[in-house]
Amino acid sequence: MSSSSSSGQLHSSSSELDLDRPNIEDYLPSGTSIQQEPHGKLRLRDLLDISPILTEAAGAIVDDSFTRCFKSNPPEPWNWNVYLFPLWCLGVVIRYLVLFPLRVLVLTIGWIIFLSSFIPVHVLLKGHDKLRRKLERSLVELICSFFVASWTGVVKYHGPRPSMRPKQVFVSNHTSMIDFIILEQMTAFAVIMQKHDGWVGLLQSTILESVGCIWFNRSESKDREIVAKKLRDHVQGTDNNPLLIFPEGTCVNNHYTVMFKKGAFELGCSICPVAIKYNKIFVDAFWNSRKQSFTMHLLQLMTSWAVVCDVWYLEPQNLKPGETPIEFAERVRAIISARAGLKMVPWDGYLKHSRPSPKHRERKQQSFAESVLRRLEEK
Amino acid sequence: MGSASSMLTQYDIEEVQEHCNQIFSQQEIVSLYQRFCQLDRNAKGFISADEFLSVPEFAMNPLSQRLLKMVDGLNFKDFVAFLSAFSAKASMQQKIEFIFKVYDSDGNGKVSFMDIVEVLRDLSGSFMSDEQRENVLCQVLQEAGYSRESYLMLDDFIKILGSPALKMEVEVPVD
Repeated sequence: MSSSSSSGQLHSSSSELDLDRPNIEDYLPSGTSIQQEPHGKLRLRDLLDISPILTEAAGAIVDDSFTRCFKSNPPEPWNWNVYLFPLWCLGVVIRYLVLFPLRVLVLTIGWIIFLSSFIPVHVLLKGHDKLRRKLERSLVELICSFFVASWTGVVKYHGPRPSMRPKQVFVSNHTSMIDFIILEQMTAFAVIMQKHDGWVGLLQSTILESVGCIWFNRSESKDREIVAKKLRDHVQGTDNNPLLIFPEGTCVNNHYTVMFKKGAFELGCSICPVAIKYNKIFVDAFWNSRKQSFTMHLLQLMTSWAVVCDVWYLEPQNLKPGETPIEFAERVRAIISARAGLKMVPWDGYLKHSRPSPKHRERKQQSFAESVLRRLEEK
Repeated sequence: MGSASSMLTQYDIEEVQEHCNQIFSQQEIVSLYQRFCQLDRNAKGFISADEFLSVPEFAMNPLSQRLLKMVDGLNFKDFVAFLSAFSAKASMQQKIEFIFKVYDSDGNGKVSFMDIVEVLRDLSGSFMSDEQRENVLCQVLQEAGYSRESYLMLDDFIKILGSPALKMEVEVPVD
């Protein structure tokens, strides 16, 4: 009982600092934290027996669900016999010497068309905001289609296409930056994304800004507040592009979903879940940003046969009476995970970049101390 | 094509098996090796403390710092030997020896009052005072027939923890 009241205190004291940092315990099913409390008088054995904690530690060393979320899956080799091997070699030749140059050409043409119309539209139509926005929107959709074509994207869209209206936010699971391109070719979303370096960063700050995208830096706590404010302003506008958020905050390997940041679920809007499932038949679409740059990732996609994926636009969800934003986020995550066949794990994706806060360990220490002190008094 | 760098030969596996007294099957050793390579990100041949802490479930463990001292810089053979205490095939004696080693941080073969207090400090953090910890420990030691001054030997640990049997098992996932 005392643990629930103390968790309340933890929230209020830290809410300012981590605006969008979820607290892992809030997401863990309540059953796990209230384990069967041992009862009876405290004995020496009870104090010396550290086996459950050691077992937990060893279990984490042997296998842990967090690392599994970000593991790239090596492709299944199929070129294992004498007949298939030459076929595979032929495939390599076609993919690298025919398909790849062709795709580079397609992409170059795409960029030429895009830039030669985007720049005049952007500069010349300064006064006609409505028309300019409409044209820019379709041009961004166009260049995204060129991108999808450049890796022969075979994308099946299920469900009704997103429409533009105020007070709705689209949320999707996140596997790679190409998620964004795939969704963007259908609808010009305004996306909330981590700011990148290099050519991606340049695109972000020039072209994508014009469709209303919002950028932030994961490590800057000040950025979070600015983004939260921009978000609130954006969803109120009637002519703004629909907002797209990847609430996992990081790329996951399309087998799992990590915790959703609650920010998107606190805006008081309808949440339209989008589920994306990649078929790994030709290429693994997971972008393992630790191991490869986005350019290398794109090249990998462009030298594969095709990128096959399914996109489901799911039924909009609203906050139910009495539901907290975290519960709402978990409900939407469950819907997306069920549709895309992903496993839910109770981890914060940001742990990829930082260590868990000492808060989590303190929680365990607290329950140990409480149990010892309580049992000492029992006779 | 297969990842040749992470292949173990039959000899390697047998050598490791011998090192851990045949506790793990060959398949288990192969999957432990894959895990070892995954954690050893730069292929140094050992897993650094920082790499262990990159596993959040481990970093959150109250005893992680203490365990890190035991696992820091282990090569694969010793890594497997370390984990063998957690196998279902390991004897009760082996498991209790492992626990004993966690307590006996200076490795002198006996556990003093202060050794236990230090583990209790890891477990309870700021939620118990030093005085509380010492009082609790004094009390349970006396009830069990020991005193503040007595040292606990491995035999004592076996007597205290041996029955009913401990549950300390971790399954190695084999695919």
